[in-house]
Amino acid sequence: MTGSFLIELTVLILAGFLGLEVISKVPTLLHTPLMSGTNAIHGIVLVGAIVVAGIPGQPFWLHVVTLAAVALGTGNVVGGFVVTDRMLQMFRRRKPGPEAEKTE
Amino acid sequence: MIVASISRGDWISLAYIVAIVSFILALRFLSNPAHARKGNLIGAFGMGVAIVATFFQPGLKNIAAILIVMALATPIGAYAARAVKMTAMPQMVALFNGVGGGAAALVAFADFHNSAPPAARLPLNSSIAIVLSALIGSISFAGSMIAFAKLQELIGGRPIQYPGQRFGNLGLLGAVFALGIAIVAGYEHQLILGLIIIGALAFGVLFVLPIGGADMPVVIALLNAFTGVAASATGFVLHQNVLIVAGMLVGASGTLLTLMMARAMGRSIANVLFGAFGTLQVSAEQVAASGGAVRPTTPEDVAVMLAYAQRVVIVPGYGLAVAQAQHAVRELADQLEKRGVDVKYAIHPVAGRMPGHMNVLLAEANVPYDQLKEMDEINPAFDQTDVALVIGANDVTNPAARSDTSSPIYGMPILNVDHAHNVVVLKRSMNPGFAGIDNPLFVDPKTVMLFGDAKSSVEKLISAVKTA
Repeated sequence: MTGSFLIELTVLILAGFLGLEVISKVPTLLHTPLMSGTNAIHGIVLVGAIVVAGIPGQPFWLHVVTLAAVALGTGNVVGGFVVTDRMLQMFRRRKPGPEAEKTE
Repeated sequence: MIVASISRGDWISLAYIVAIVSFILALRFLSNPAHARKGNLIGAFGMGVAIVATFFQPGLKNIAAILIVMALATPIGAYAARAVKMTAMPQMVALFNGVGGGAAALVAFADFHNSAPPAARLPLNSSIAIVLSALIGSISFAGSMIAFAKLQELIGGRPIQYPGQRFGNLGLLGAVFALGIAIVAGYEHQLILGLIIIGALAFGVLFVLPIGGADMPVVIALLNAFTGVAASATGFVLHQNVLIVAGMLVGASGTLLTLMMARAMGRSIANVLFGAFGTLQVSAEQVAASGGAVRPTTPEDVAVMLAYAQRVVIVPGYGLAVAQAQHAVRELADQLEKRGVDVKYAIHPVAGRMPGHMNVLLAEANVPYDQLKEMDEINPAFDQTDVALVIGANDVTNPAARSDTSSPIYGMPILNVDHAHNVVVLKRSMNPGFAGIDNPLFVDPKTVMLFGDAKSSVEKLISAVKTA
């Protein structure tokens, strides 16, 4: 158990440094999409929610709790990616003349 | 054959690695606005792979119920994301933060119930992870809901305080931590974890309530980090690397944004979170007393000034979002450019209610992003600017931040709007900004004020520019 914990801790720390590295390259222009995009990514708790909701033999109230977690996680994932996509499609470079409307 | 020896569990782990790589690529692609949308699709793909793989986990039951709940929640999430107005994006981000944090807390609670039967002891790393996931997730959930309510104006945006707040909050947090230590020390009762969650929820509420609207960018970024860390802690609970990595990526992003926002305000994070900024520093009389020399003007005068200028810099603030004036502003800029005026936008990092708020609004109005200039880039250009048009921005243009050591925003980097030859401030009324601080820019002899709703003022400017 300790061995796997140390591996997990290593993974955590490396992910932290990688995150700082990658995210420091995001321009301020895209900070809102960054927030909503990372919002979508933390929707990964849905995976955890599915795992606990799928444990057999739980009392009824716990089924309700775990399925509520599934619902929250699903809303998080779907809403997060959709809203980020909506936002990102708006960012465009200057196009000469009426072509600016054409990119959609 | 290697392939023959890959078990079902291995396949699932491989799928999770695909998801991890997709998330990293999604963030990588965000470094360039031209590829950012593709990156988001890659991230969504990775998420889809992770979710589908999870259903193949050996021994997973209740699959039908899970699928039904997901099928019901999907259209709700999609509809909310489609229907929300761009001006309401800060609320939306706060809501998703809270939802993710809440899910993390629920998962931790459920796992605690399942894995800690009355007699057994949990391994230390599991109990710590469960406590952290429940604690941070609950704080994030409650804090985000309050942030949402403030941004949606369900409750007042101004700081709400009660006597002894700091000590009360610290005491509450201390009590919650003490309960957490009790669980880790072996008192593994569900009641204690329940109390931790209740205490953490209360702390989340009390910690966001006293924070004013202008400090929201810091709070939203911090709650984003919390939810990421909570998801990561859930990964330790369930021994799922994909949660650990994805959660930590979000945690790193939120932390970095929090630091950047605090730096852009020239304040420490502790000061933002516990300072209850600008509540009582300036009394109404003080503002009124110094507000005597304001010069009101008419749309026609401003239109002439703009139409015959060479360089105009538009400085948007939260007032632009409130008035939903982004499309009108773009149209005004188009009219001016048609006349050969050079138009740029000056974006302060904390203008609005979340990081990058103004950029999203102006992008929605089809303003090309190469016209949006960051503070460091635009500040030297104000000296050669004929007209700085301030629309619904206040504190981020306040020269007192540079010179007046007694000002509560002293030291905050600002847009040097007062260096422009002329300044036009569009403002609803002479009320001070969200921080409640007097702005000497308004009484500067170079400044004229155009009072009224930002959108209708800009619309009047458009028609006046057409005839100028």
